[in-house]
Amino acid sequence: MSDSASPAPYIDLRRIGKRFVKSLDVAARIARHLGSSVREEVVHAVDEVDLAIRPGEVVGLVGESGCGKSTLGRMVAGILEPSEGSYFYKGRDIRTLDAPEARDMALRIQMIFQDPFASLNPRLRVKDIIGEAPRVHGLVGRANVDAYVDDVMLRCGLDPEFKRRYPHQFSGGQRQRIGIARALAVNPDLIVCDEAVAALDVSIQAQILNLFMRLREELGLTYLFISHDLGVVEHISDRIVIMYLGRVVESGPTEDLFDSPNHPYTQALLQEVPRLDQRHAKFSAIKGEIPSPLDPPPGCHFHPRCPHATARCAEERPILREIAPGRRSACHLNEGAV
Amino acid sequence: MTGGGLTLAVENLRTHFFTRAGVVRAVDDVSFSVDRGQVLGLVGESGSGKTVTGFSVIGLVDPPGRVVDGRILFNGRDLAALPEAEWRKLRGAKIAMIFQDPMMTLNPVLRIETQMVEAVLAHENIGREEARKRARDALGQVGIPSPDERLRAYPHQFSGGMRQRVAIATAFINRPDLVIADEPTTALDVTIQAQILHEAQKLCRDTGTALIWITHDLTVVAGLADHICVMYAGRVVEAGEIDAVLDRPLHPYTSGLIGSVPSRNKRGRELDQIPGMTPSLLNMPSGCAFRARCGHADAACDSAPGITAPMPARAIRCHHPLLEPAV
Repeated sequence: MSDSASPAPYIDLRRIGKRFVKSLDVAARIARHLGSSVREEVVHAVDEVDLAIRPGEVVGLVGESGCGKSTLGRMVAGILEPSEGSYFYKGRDIRTLDAPEARDMALRIQMIFQDPFASLNPRLRVKDIIGEAPRVHGLVGRANVDAYVDDVMLRCGLDPEFKRRYPHQFSGGQRQRIGIARALAVNPDLIVCDEAVAALDVSIQAQILNLFMRLREELGLTYLFISHDLGVVEHISDRIVIMYLGRVVESGPTEDLFDSPNHPYTQALLQEVPRLDQRHAKFSAIKGEIPSPLDPPPGCHFHPRCPHATARCAEERPILREIAPGRRSACHLNEGAV
Repeated sequence: MTGGGLTLAVENLRTHFFTRAGVVRAVDDVSFSVDRGQVLGLVGESGSGKTVTGFSVIGLVDPPGRVVDGRILFNGRDLAALPEAEWRKLRGAKIAMIFQDPMMTLNPVLRIETQMVEAVLAHENIGREEARKRARDALGQVGIPSPDERLRAYPHQFSGGMRQRVAIATAFINRPDLVIADEPTTALDVTIQAQILHEAQKLCRDTGTALIWITHDLTVVAGLADHICVMYAGRVVEAGEIDAVLDRPLHPYTSGLIGSVPSRNKRGRELDQIPGMTPSLLNMPSGCAFRARCGHADAACDSAPGITAPMPARAIRCHHPLLEPAV
């Protein structure tokens, strides 16, 4: 996804993959020894995905549950180790970074989680939740922590008066602000937002989205914005990446992609987003369910649900190709002679 | 919204919860009505009382909560003071409910067949085989492939979307006059949500069932509903036909909600957010509950606004309706 005309990517993931293996228990191992055909269960949560994010860009990562978007986000944030592929941070393979550089990278890439109730330690006061990391990492002296925390809280729309409170004393929207403040406290460049507004009420969601956009302007932040909500992603992103069952099916600039979706999955997805201006709609519904990632269909993962599927789609995996400048899609239909 | 086809008319409903910390007025003077075959969208944020309203209509409010006032006229009959024995005959037969989490509403240790057949036999004196046939047809109607086999399955063998279909099929199995759906698609993916909306819409059209769709999502209601009621802090603040309300909201809260929905024509621009947050129902401000968050509030808002109808078929609870077209 690296265009020649644009600046060097901040992070660049190449053919990155993540497998989760459920290993066999004792009974199953004995059974296999005795000739049973039990196998380890392998989920290919992320399968050869390329993702590059340039400085200052907001990339929206969209997909339905089980498509691997959170796993990919966690790999970007360094919480999960990729099982295959390579990860370049500012042009350098992260496997070649020494310890101080790796720590610097860990601080520069922060994450905000979906559930503002589960992601804050209930036994810490807000000032410790926000102030601990910058103090430990020596970003701010012990004497200045208080003023520093006040500053970060104000920036996130929180009243510093409340910094001695515990998380349970805040509402969901305010907690999400605490999560944002915690991420911002270590001066990150890139923030991975994993469904960061999904648990919030509409009016609160708008407040938090506005906060994200304001912070981006003030601090020059880069976001990887993961969401299942196309409306939210469309609103905030410059570029959109769409995943289905562990693979990227389409990517491109937001406006192009929404104006002329190329991949049949994208088309179906966009058609089914409920919109305010669409009244008395006839919901038509794409057929079928999302297959289990334990046993994905061969060839193109989407072919059992695709209205245009051909024999080739069931056999050969389509490659993500450039279909227009900045646009990529993984569909056999783009090759004309199908 | 009156006429021969009126299924449900709720008048001045008040449901209060008598907790140790004080009286929570979860539903406070709510009125609305639904016609046969129509879909009413009941929209509100968390704590607005939309779910308790739904529970009141189907008689499922548990202590310390109680319907303290108002009438619930269902096919002309007042349900507000109905004894429990009567409720049992009604619930599941004439009024049914679909809940948000289908994992919680299906019994995990019983086959789908057992649960659906039970729902039929509880209300009708027919043979088990016939009930089973009806269950199979109901599953087929909501688009579950090979319903005969699926009847023998347990809930954990279904995906979330399929489970919600089973719940919908069960709700519609006795051909109820009214179905209350409480955020049934909130936990589902977009493509699955569209399938569920499609089934619900089809069933209402085919059977003439009236549907109350409770949700926080304005965009879902926009596509599905005929009428809309917007609730805030236990009260209906605005009601009317869906097009009229969404195209020209009169209440500042409705207008703020619409402005908060991210959409393509607002891309990259700041959303019109509503400042602040919903007040606690335990500690409600006097006067208009929305006053503290409203840009139009003034001294008049210290007194609670009554319901007015500035236009035909519209009801609104505000001292300063947005009668000038707000663009």
